[in-house]
Amino acid sequence: MADTTTTIVQIAAQGVAAATPYLFAGIGEAVGQRAGIYNLGVDGIMLMGAFSAFYSVYSGASPLVGLIIGVLVGALMGLAMAFISVALKAEQGISGIGLYMFGLGLSTLLFNALVETPRPVSQSFTSAPIPGLSQLPLVGKVLFDHHLLVYLAFLMVPLTWFVLNKTPLGLNIRAAGQNPQAADSLGVNVAAVRYLAVIFGGAMAGAAGVSLSIAQTNIFQENMTNGIGFIAVALVYFGRWSPIGIMFGTLLFSVVTTLQLWLQAFGVQISSSLVTMLPNIVTIIALIIAVYLYKTQTPAALGRPFRREES
Amino acid sequence: MKAITHLEMRGIVKRFPGVLANDRVDLEIRPGEVQALLGENGAGKSTLMKILYGMQQPDAGEIRINGETVRIDSPAEAIQRGIGMVHQHFMLVPSLTVAENVAIGLKASRPPILNLNQVISRIEELSARFGLKVDPRAAVWQLSVGEQQRVEIIKALYREASVLILDEPTAVLTPQEVEELFKTLRRLCASGYALVFISHKLNEVLNISQRITVLRDGRVVGTLPTTEANREGLVKLMVGREMSLKVTPEPVTIGAPRLILKEVSALGDRKLPALREVSFEVRAGEILGVAGVSGNGQRELAEVIAGMRPLTAGTISLDGSDISRASIAGRIEGGLSYIPEERMRDGAIKSFTVAENVILQTHAEAPISKRGVLNFRAIHERAGELIRAFKVKTPHDGTPLRSLSGGNIQKLILARELSRTPKALIAAQPTRGVDIGATLYIHHRLLDQRAMGTAILLISEDLDEMLALSDRIAVIYEGRIVRILPRAEATPEKLGLLMTGGS
Repeated sequence: MADTTTTIVQIAAQGVAAATPYLFAGIGEAVGQRAGIYNLGVDGIMLMGAFSAFYSVYSGASPLVGLIIGVLVGALMGLAMAFISVALKAEQGISGIGLYMFGLGLSTLLFNALVETPRPVSQSFTSAPIPGLSQLPLVGKVLFDHHLLVYLAFLMVPLTWFVLNKTPLGLNIRAAGQNPQAADSLGVNVAAVRYLAVIFGGAMAGAAGVSLSIAQTNIFQENMTNGIGFIAVALVYFGRWSPIGIMFGTLLFSVVTTLQLWLQAFGVQISSSLVTMLPNIVTIIALIIAVYLYKTQTPAALGRPFRREES
Repeated sequence: MKAITHLEMRGIVKRFPGVLANDRVDLEIRPGEVQALLGENGAGKSTLMKILYGMQQPDAGEIRINGETVRIDSPAEAIQRGIGMVHQHFMLVPSLTVAENVAIGLKASRPPILNLNQVISRIEELSARFGLKVDPRAAVWQLSVGEQQRVEIIKALYREASVLILDEPTAVLTPQEVEELFKTLRRLCASGYALVFISHKLNEVLNISQRITVLRDGRVVGTLPTTEANREGLVKLMVGREMSLKVTPEPVTIGAPRLILKEVSALGDRKLPALREVSFEVRAGEILGVAGVSGNGQRELAEVIAGMRPLTAGTISLDGSDISRASIAGRIEGGLSYIPEERMRDGAIKSFTVAENVILQTHAEAPISKRGVLNFRAIHERAGELIRAFKVKTPHDGTPLRSLSGGNIQKLILARELSRTPKALIAAQPTRGVDIGATLYIHHRLLDQRAMGTAILLISEDLDEMLALSDRIAVIYEGRIVRILPRAEATPEKLGLLMTGGS
C-alpha cells in the first residue's frame, strides 16, 4: 500500500516538473494570441533558449546567468516575430514556421560548431525544496520539492492572469486581439501592445527551453524539444487562452506523459508505440472537446494584421 | 471637459490615388452647436472627420484649436485635445463588458490595478446626466444597436471630449431610438458640447442642427444656418442640380402569388432560432416591404429564400413549385433574383473584372459559354449592355471591380440581378450606403420591375424608403412577422412601435 502511494506521489511530482516547459511556452503564447498574434515558432525559440542557456553554463556561467541569457535570446526571437508580423504585417502562420525552422537550424549549427558532441554541463538548476512546505505529507513532495524553474513557471500563472484581467495593460492586450480598430480609436498603441505581448511570449518560450537544457537535464541535443513548442500552442487552445485553463491542460498532458513512461517501465503488456502515443491522443481529444465547449473565447482578430486605414 | 471654445479646419486637402477627397475644405465648430455635415457618398465627409480625429493626415491645411495651430497625428492625440468620435461602424469589443470597453486605453487611477467599479460609477453618472441608458456591467454583444451607440457616446464623454463627431449615427436606429438620440444631443448642446453630425438624411439634419455645411466632390459648396435651409435647396447643393426625391409607384394590376412562404423557421449563426413560422405571399407586381430593427431575422429571411441558409421547418414556393430544398442554382434557374445585403461580400468578387462579375451566375449558359468554353465576345456584349443601361461608371469592362466606387458596384450588381427579368426578387437593404442620386435610381429600377410583374420582397431598415415603395409592409420582430399592414395604414410611428415589440 505504502508502495502504491509512493509511486503515485512520484508520478504526480514528475508530472508537475514535466509541466514546466509547456507552461512557460503555453502562457507566453497565450498572451501573444490574446493580443492577436499567433506564433508557431515557439519550438524554435525554445531550442535557441535551451542552447544559449546550455552554452553559457558550458562556458562557465552560473545557471542563473544561463537562465537570463536564455530568456533574453527568447525575447530577441520574439522581437523578430513581432517585427515580421506587426511591422511588416506578414502572414503569421508562415512567419512562425519560418521562425521555428530558423531556431531549429541555428541551434543545431551552433551546437555542432561550438560543442560538437553531446556532453553534460557540471552545473544546472537542482532541486530546491521549499523549507517547511516540502515537509508536508504527500503534497510537499508533489508541489514543493522541485528546481527553481518549476516554481517560476507556476508563479507565472496567477501573475499573467492578474495582468491580463486586472490591469489596464491586460485590457489593452485583450482589446488589441479582439478589435484593434476599437483599441486604436481609444488611443491604444496597438503595435506597441502587440510587440510587447509577442516579445513576452518569446521570453517565456526561451525560459521553457532553459528548463529543458539546464534544469530537467544538463545537456543539449539537436532538436531536444521534440515538438513541445507545438504541443504548447495546442494547449493554448485547450486552455481557452486563460493561464489557468492552460495550467490544467498542461498538467493533464504532462501527468499522462509521465504515466506513460511508468507504464513502459513497469513492462505493461501494450505495444510501446501505442503507449508513447497516449499523451498526443489525450491532447487531440481534449482539444476537440475544448473547441466545442468554448467557441466564443477566440480572440476575434487573431492572425489579422492591424491597419488603421482599413477601419 | 477639456474646453475647446473654438475649433477650425482651414484649407484641408487630402488626396488618395486618383481622387481628391478633400479640396481646400474650411469648417468651423462651436460649443453649444450642432454642426451638420451633409453630402453624397464620396463627398469627403468621413475623410474630413477622420483627419480631425487623427486617423488620417491632411496633405495641406491646418487645424486650429482655440486659435492655436495643432497637429493631430493619432486618435490618442485627438482624445487628449478633447475630440471624441462615434464611428459609423462601432468600435466596440463585443466580448467585453460596457465598463471594460470604456476603460480600454485608460490609465489606472491606482496602478497597476484597474478599478472597474470606479469606471462603472462614472458611467452611471454620465448616463443619468445625458439620458444614455445602458447597463455598465452587461457584455456589449448582448446590447441592442441603440445601446451600443450609447456606449460609444459614453466612451467619448468619459474621456472628457468637448467636441463630439457623430458619423451617420442614425443609419442603424429605429425612429424611436433616433428621437432618444436627439434628446441626448440636445442636452449635450445645452451643456456646451460642440457636435458634428454627419448624415445624408435631410429631415434629421434640418431637425437637429444649427448650421449646415454641404460637401460635394470634396469641396464645401455651402455653409448656412439651418433656419435658412430647406430640402430643395440642400438637395441642389448636394447633387449639383435640381432633383425630385419623390418616387410615386404607378398603380399596377396585382397578379397571382408568386413567392409564398408557409410557416418557415430557420436558425441564426449562433444556432438559435432566428425565424419563427414566417408566412406571407408576394404577388406579381407587388412590393412587400419587410420592416424591422436590424438583427430581427431580416438577413436570415433573405438567405433562407435565396437558398444560402437551410430552413428547419415550413415551405417556400416560387410560382407554384416548392423550392424549400432547391439548390441556389436551382432557384436562380427557377426565376429568383437576390440582391444581398452584404453586396461586397455575397454579391460580387472584387478582384474579378466588371465583365466577370456580370456573368457570375450565367457563365454556364449559352451564349455566355458554349460546350464548356467561355465566349468572350458574348461576355463583352452582355457587360456592355448592362453598363450602358444602368449607367455604371467604369473605364471599361476589364476593370477590376474593386476600383469602382461603392455606388457603382451596387448599380452593377443590381443591373445583373434585374437584367434577368426574374419572377421574384429579394432586395435586401438595396440602398444602404448609397447616396441620393443612386438611391433614386435604384428605386426607379425596382418600380420598373414591379410594373413588369415581378414579385418583390423589399427588406429595409429605412422607413422612408419602405413607405415610398411598398404596397404592403410586414413588420418583423424577433424572427416573427408580427403584422402586415397595407401602405395606407402604415405610419412611421406605428411601424416603429411594432418594430420594437409593441402593438
